[in-house]
Amino acid sequence: MTAPLLEVKGVGKRFGGFIALEGIDLDVQPGERLGLIGPNGSGKSTLVNCVCGTLHNELGSVRFAGQALDGLPAHKRTHIGLARSFQLPRPFMSLTVAENLRVPLLYTVRRRSLLISSPQELDDRCVELLRHVGLDAKARRPPSDLTQVEMRKLELARAMAAEPKLLIADEAMAGLSHSEIEDIIALLLRLNAQGITIIMIEHIMRAVMSFSQRLAVLVSGRKIADGKPEDVVNNPEVVRAYLGQ
Amino acid sequence: MRPAKFSLIAAAAGVTVFAIALLAGSDYLFFAGYVVLQFIVLATAWNILGGYCGYVNFGTAAFFAIGTYTSVAMHKLGANPGRYLPAHLQYLFPFSVPTLVILSGVVAGIIGLGMGYLTLRLRGVFFAIATLAMAVVLQTLVINWDFVGGARGAYVIRPDAVTIAGFRLGYIQYLFAIMLVLAVASLCVARLIERSRLGYGFATIRDDEMAAEAAGVPTLRLKLIATTISGAFMGMAGAPYPYYIGYVEPSGTFGLQYAVNSIAMPMIGGTNTWAGPLIGAVLLGSLQQIATVTISSAVNLLLVGVLLVAFVIVAPKGILGLVAEWRRAREKP
Repeated sequence: MTAPLLEVKGVGKRFGGFIALEGIDLDVQPGERLGLIGPNGSGKSTLVNCVCGTLHNELGSVRFAGQALDGLPAHKRTHIGLARSFQLPRPFMSLTVAENLRVPLLYTVRRRSLLISSPQELDDRCVELLRHVGLDAKARRPPSDLTQVEMRKLELARAMAAEPKLLIADEAMAGLSHSEIEDIIALLLRLNAQGITIIMIEHIMRAVMSFSQRLAVLVSGRKIADGKPEDVVNNPEVVRAYLGQ
Repeated sequence: MRPAKFSLIAAAAGVTVFAIALLAGSDYLFFAGYVVLQFIVLATAWNILGGYCGYVNFGTAAFFAIGTYTSVAMHKLGANPGRYLPAHLQYLFPFSVPTLVILSGVVAGIIGLGMGYLTLRLRGVFFAIATLAMAVVLQTLVINWDFVGGARGAYVIRPDAVTIAGFRLGYIQYLFAIMLVLAVASLCVARLIERSRLGYGFATIRDDEMAAEAAGVPTLRLKLIATTISGAFMGMAGAPYPYYIGYVEPSGTFGLQYAVNSIAMPMIGGTNTWAGPLIGAVLLGSLQQIATVTISSAVNLLLVGVLLVAFVIVAPKGILGLVAEWRRAREKP
């Protein structure tokens, strides 16, 4: 087994008296497809926020590609290869769809290498990314013209534009139809085939089961199961958490 | 258009404005024009933080006054160098107005950076209130600072004329020219920012800071850059003011008109581009000058208030927003 890409050790987070996360351990191997599930309010998004630097964990530590992330601001985590999409799409409304992708290209990719330098190359890269998610026809439109599924695709495309090693897709499929879900899963699988490690947070079990190689379950801020998807969904504790006794 | 080309055109436009004003041969034109130009600088500077980044600054007057009082302090030092300065520094004084402009820009820029560091954790109305509070604190400081006149104010007696390269220029024309250069410079900087990486970063801060961070934008650093540039230009706009007005006192220099005008002008013109503050300042600034002569100087702020309310209702994105909407409607029949 190689060294894990993401190493979460004993992470804890409270909001006042409410314990959102408690002693979370989670390792993710390079190239892995991990599903993270749990009932509403179980701390999935809080964990993502702690990993991505939007929130700071009071306890424990997060390491990424051998580097300790504690105290590192969110943008620096993006620079070293950790990208996320938001649960509710948060496009930059005053920029066009193509310009939305230009931001991570300018601020993250260009920092790593000076390969993309001319405006022409930037434009080409934007178009390429948009074609990848099927939004190239709307490149010059404002995000407010997009449909819900297109908005999610833009969200994923923007995360991909930063050329991450690890992509965390936070409920990228909530509220989408069957065929739209298939679309997004196909997209994520293509990314994974390119070598990007993916953590998928999702409620839609069909999507999680078909996508994940491994499944972790959070309930009330604690990880109660972690393993092969088939084993995890049959785990009595998981069943109890989801269905009650 | 490339930035270099834009700068050349802007400079040419500046020279043309100056030539026309000279040809008109009226000192009053320079006197009134100076105020309009000053508001172009203030509105453009405000827009760099308020329009591009979405942080509403109510403290324009404070930065303007930092420039003004830097000039007053330096003028006072220069007027009496033997009393305040060691011998080896005396030859530097008195400073020329362009030197004061640069010095004021540096001082206001540093204070802008400091203010940004203290207040940028706040968003929305909280940030606006903090900037307002900073203006009150600075005004109190100046009122109690005797060296620059305190609450009494200070007189600055300006020369009649200056001679530049053998060319004699009336002092008001000289100040007008300085403000014209500043206006052109601020517009060029604003446009340069808009078209650069920095401009994209600022826009993401305005739209969604959390998403900006996730895309790799160092939001705090960019906001500090914005407060510094914005503050520096406001300070520079204030530097020649004592020479223009002849007598400065705190309640006038920290006046409401600066804060209100520098917010209203970009709002009326349009906040997303460099042209918005320019249009707003020229329109509102000229209207105010005309109202001062024809009706009364007291009607100024009323005019701003009425126009601002009207624009918020009719065209919340300003004149440029209105034009863009009209164009879009024409494209889509």
